[in-house]
Amino acid sequence: MKAPFKFTWAIWFLLAIHAVVVLAGFIAPYSFETQEREHPYAPPTRLHFFDCSGKFHFRPFVYVTKTSDSGLMEYKQDCSQPAGIKFFPQGDRYNVLGMFSSTRHLFGVQAPANLFLIGTDGFGRDQFSRLLYGGQVSLFAGFVAAAFSAITGLLLGGIAGMYGGRVDDVAMRFAEIFITIPWFYLLIAVRAFLPLQISPVTAFLLVVAVIGMVGWGRPARLVRGVILSARERNFVLAARGFGASNAYLLRRHLMPLTFRVLLTQMAVLIPQFILAEVILSFLGLGIGEPFPSWGNMLAQAQQYHVLVSYWWMLVPGLAPVPVFLAYHSLAETLQERIKSNI
Amino acid sequence: MIRYLARRAGHGLLMLFGVSILLFLLFQAAPGDFLSEIKVNSQISPETIAKLRVQYGLDQPLPVRYWQWLKSSAKGEFGYSFAYNTPASTLLWPRARNTLLLSVPALLISWLIAVPLGVLAAGWKGRWADRLFSGGTSALLALPDVLITLLALLLALKTGIFPVGGMTSVNAQDQGTWAWLRDLGWHMILPVAALVIGSLTIILRHVRASVREVMEASYMRAAEGHGLPRLKLLFGYALPAAANPLISLFGLSVAMLLSVSLLIEVVMSWPGMGPLLLEAILARDLFVVIGAVMLSTAFLIAGNLLGDVLLYAYDPRIRRQA
Repeated sequence: MKAPFKFTWAIWFLLAIHAVVVLAGFIAPYSFETQEREHPYAPPTRLHFFDCSGKFHFRPFVYVTKTSDSGLMEYKQDCSQPAGIKFFPQGDRYNVLGMFSSTRHLFGVQAPANLFLIGTDGFGRDQFSRLLYGGQVSLFAGFVAAAFSAITGLLLGGIAGMYGGRVDDVAMRFAEIFITIPWFYLLIAVRAFLPLQISPVTAFLLVVAVIGMVGWGRPARLVRGVILSARERNFVLAARGFGASNAYLLRRHLMPLTFRVLLTQMAVLIPQFILAEVILSFLGLGIGEPFPSWGNMLAQAQQYHVLVSYWWMLVPGLAPVPVFLAYHSLAETLQERIKSNI
Repeated sequence: MIRYLARRAGHGLLMLFGVSILLFLLFQAAPGDFLSEIKVNSQISPETIAKLRVQYGLDQPLPVRYWQWLKSSAKGEFGYSFAYNTPASTLLWPRARNTLLLSVPALLISWLIAVPLGVLAAGWKGRWADRLFSGGTSALLALPDVLITLLALLLALKTGIFPVGGMTSVNAQDQGTWAWLRDLGWHMILPVAALVIGSLTIILRHVRASVREVMEASYMRAAEGHGLPRLKLLFGYALPAAANPLISLFGLSVAMLLSVSLLIEVVMSWPGMGPLLLEAILARDLFVVIGAVMLSTAFLIAGNLLGDVLLYAYDPRIRRQA
């Protein structure tokens, strides 16, 4: 079957956005903790092609901005200090995937000028750079958590479907509990029993573990269904007749059949779990400062004066939208395929 | 009827037991408790802490504590809040009432909008209608609830028409019942609206999909061929035939609403269970956490039971089975 257009599009988009956040260090002009103390809540820097006297330049440039002296937080452009956008300038040291480190960035401007594509937060940290680094946390937390609950679901659902009887009953009642409880409540409750003050890396692992733990019920139920129906198929019965053990049957014959269901389930779960991470961090129960996540960046917009005056602080809440759209259309197409194949 | 309902209710009760056992197991695995948080305070001597530990029963093994908790739940207390020094129920009940005050109207409004709109949308045919519908709903679906709530808050702050956060104005209580009710209603508008927007889309999609499925059936084609008016066809024939899965969805939508409501309550500072739960976590007040999760599960089960009753009343086939 030929893949529909939106399906291919969604896959390419997701690949691209994951590549961008992995390369965050290179693409972002600043590091996520660089603070420009003179520029709190600076609005997005304007890119110019025409200078103050109306002359055209091929290289886009920015003006140095300063707060006006009135004490109000207003930024004025200084027409005497233009700074052209440079490609591959030197900047903060970063490393990609912990493997290679460099100080060359994709683009940037020379020092007194600043390039804040979507403004800065209250500490004068570049929102665009933090958005990319935050994507690392949010996107991969969702992905890893979904993989975690898919694997748990595969194991428990597989065992339940294979052995049946009492084992099946216990496992499925257990799964039902996890499916039934309103899931934010469960998520937050599970988080409640874990320590509050922790290092960022532990926090990331913890958030992933919590989300994965809360979400394994549905994949387990689906896997069980597939295995239950496949258990009686002829090739399985034949293998059993040749003396195959339960474990071998599961591993060799039954689990591969669940692959498509699990893949579809992953496409459904990942956006849900990205959202879960965003919400946990938003509520202050996830990844903590100074490390950015889309959730804790958005949390700053909870303060009324920030919400009213600085619209760019809401961008981290918009960032997941295209990602969700892509995952949703992926899931939709995969589901249709499963339906039309049965 | 009674037997059918009793069976469903029994199932719900078992579920509550399961949830409570799960929560206590997690409780057991938790490193530290309320007392380890006050240990940091040097003004309290280790002897006092040890005494408190005995007093709260935290030195007992898990089954004993669970039994104690069951006994206190039977009395309607749901354990003890360490931070507020009262039975957890005195904290939970008013908050639960406030949460319901948001979720119940939102639930009704979502369904009242989703059903007619979904049925009408199922009637639209053609590529453009399909595209418009699926495009619109998937855009709404992809919008995080947090963002919707923040935007609602922004609306309140910018226009000044709606009150910003909270449940009532400061002096609302002294102005008589009517003024108080009006004030409360005014405060409810934005959170309820955010909740409706956050939960409407999924219901809408389900309604449309199930009505669409029914429309494919040959008796619907026949009815169409006989020249029945479109609206009568949709609402008189397709909707009743498609209602069964939708009634089941009604119960499930309670869970979704409660989840979204938690977030909205926190952002809009609505004094519901959400903010309470968050405070309780930060204070390590674990019985309140357990109580809140148990209550939300109880609401959910109540919603499912209501769905079962509706289904029983609606579908004679189920009556025969029971």
